[in-house]
Amino acid sequence: MNRNDFPILKRKVHGKDLVYFDNAATTQKPRQVIEAIKKYYEEYNSNVHRAVHQLSAEATEAYDKAHEKAAEFINAEFEEIIFTKNTTESINIVANSFLSKLKPGDEIVLTQMEHHSNIVPWQQAAKKTGARIKYIEIDEKGELKLQQLRKTITDKTKIVAVTHVSNVLGTINPIKKICRIAHEKGATVLVDAAQSVPHMPVDVKELDCDFLAFSAHKMLGPTGIGVLYGKKDILGQMEPMMFGGDMIKEVTFETASWNELPWKFEAGTPNMAGAAGLAAAIDYLKSIGMDKIRQHDYELTKYATEKLQSMEGIEIYGPSPEKKGSVISFNLKNVHPHDVSSILDSEGIAVRGGHHCAMPLMKLLGIQGSVRASFYLYNTKEEIDLFAKALEKARKIMND
Amino acid sequence: MDLAEDMYREELLDHYRRPQNHGKIGNADINYRDFNPVCGDEIEIFAKVKNDAISEIKFAGKGCAISQAAASILTEHLKGKKLAEAKKISNEEMLSMLPIKVSNLRIKCGLLALKAVQKGMLIYEGAKQTKQISRTDD
Repeated sequence: MNRNDFPILKRKVHGKDLVYFDNAATTQKPRQVIEAIKKYYEEYNSNVHRAVHQLSAEATEAYDKAHEKAAEFINAEFEEIIFTKNTTESINIVANSFLSKLKPGDEIVLTQMEHHSNIVPWQQAAKKTGARIKYIEIDEKGELKLQQLRKTITDKTKIVAVTHVSNVLGTINPIKKICRIAHEKGATVLVDAAQSVPHMPVDVKELDCDFLAFSAHKMLGPTGIGVLYGKKDILGQMEPMMFGGDMIKEVTFETASWNELPWKFEAGTPNMAGAAGLAAAIDYLKSIGMDKIRQHDYELTKYATEKLQSMEGIEIYGPSPEKKGSVISFNLKNVHPHDVSSILDSEGIAVRGGHHCAMPLMKLLGIQGSVRASFYLYNTKEEIDLFAKALEKARKIMND
Repeated sequence: MDLAEDMYREELLDHYRRPQNHGKIGNADINYRDFNPVCGDEIEIFAKVKNDAISEIKFAGKGCAISQAAASILTEHLKGKKLAEAKKISNEEMLSMLPIKVSNLRIKCGLLALKAVQKGMLIYEGAKQTKQISRTDD
């Protein structure tokens, strides 16, 4: 992994070398991605799918190519890849499409470890339709109680929306199994893959999920662009949420018909620079290899977990390293997570302290919040050593 | 002194570890619970009012050292203060009462207690006004 590719890693924070451990929130960008965006604006900026001039042709080709790359990255078809703003928008599009499908008595199944973005849209859908939300519980290790799956997912279940990797606990959920059970009951499955696609090989055909959502910015790409994958036959019958230009085939003063997939879900001028950045990010990840990234993440998580476990008064939430992504949530005894984060920040170390957009889960764990360190391909064991040292310092300042 | 030690000076940590006025008041005239949704800091203010002044004040809550120490410091400051005076405390004054310079990222923590007190006072005065209005109506 070439740290030199990431300009930001050279900067100082409070006079110290930056140690960036907030990758579950967003990741840093390699110069290849930054240059792809710059190149778009400097060389072929133009609106896609419209004009016949040369620039538009180049912009259109690049934009379509980005869809192709995203499709190939998760083993989907070109028509199955919709570019959105982010994972949240992707989930909202699906939740919105269920407004016309849900009725009182129907059930929506979520898990207790969902991010707010995979709870709130469904709460709204439930409110508007009279459907009921059920949660698959987690056990004390932070894993789903799998024996509950068949009890919770029933004939009344219309949609199961589940995270692939928890942004707080790191837990990797058995999506294949969940899809199998849900499909037996005729339910649709949406996977929040914001924390998995950046960190491990993901194959939608193998998972057999119906929808899958992720964001470019968590995988070295730019902000403002995300992906919604949907199975072709489902997307074909699904109504769009946004209406406007580019998503139509024909418009009269009275009515309109929709464009073909995936464009019927991409109303208005899209994020073309973002798409160029996402394509470059995918190229970058592929050049390293997702298996290798997963292995690197795992080794760092294991190393950091062992370090933390060897220290006194640290409580780690979530399963053991081999069962999770590169996320460690923990608390230092008697110290508020924000105070830990502030002291780490003063050492140039960026972590997250708080509820991580998972307030129901925090309540369940009986904590106000936690400190979260999350790693990515440019992080090193040396950085984890600095992190452990800074934690000792935080303990000393706060507990002495 | 380095940055972290400067931020978490003993004067601040003393208030955090052994806060003044920590607890609850039954039948409080002013009672308001506020929290920072981003970090989950939580402060609940209880106060008794006598002759338009704060005769008794306590706080309960959970949160980071800055939010809890600020509540301890503010409640000390407010004891016996006229409501009109308490209402006028600005954010800058609140932050200057703290023994540390709060970084931009933590200002919300430092201001939470003041926000809770001032919102609680607004509700208290609103309720008092309604009472007065209904009395004139009688």
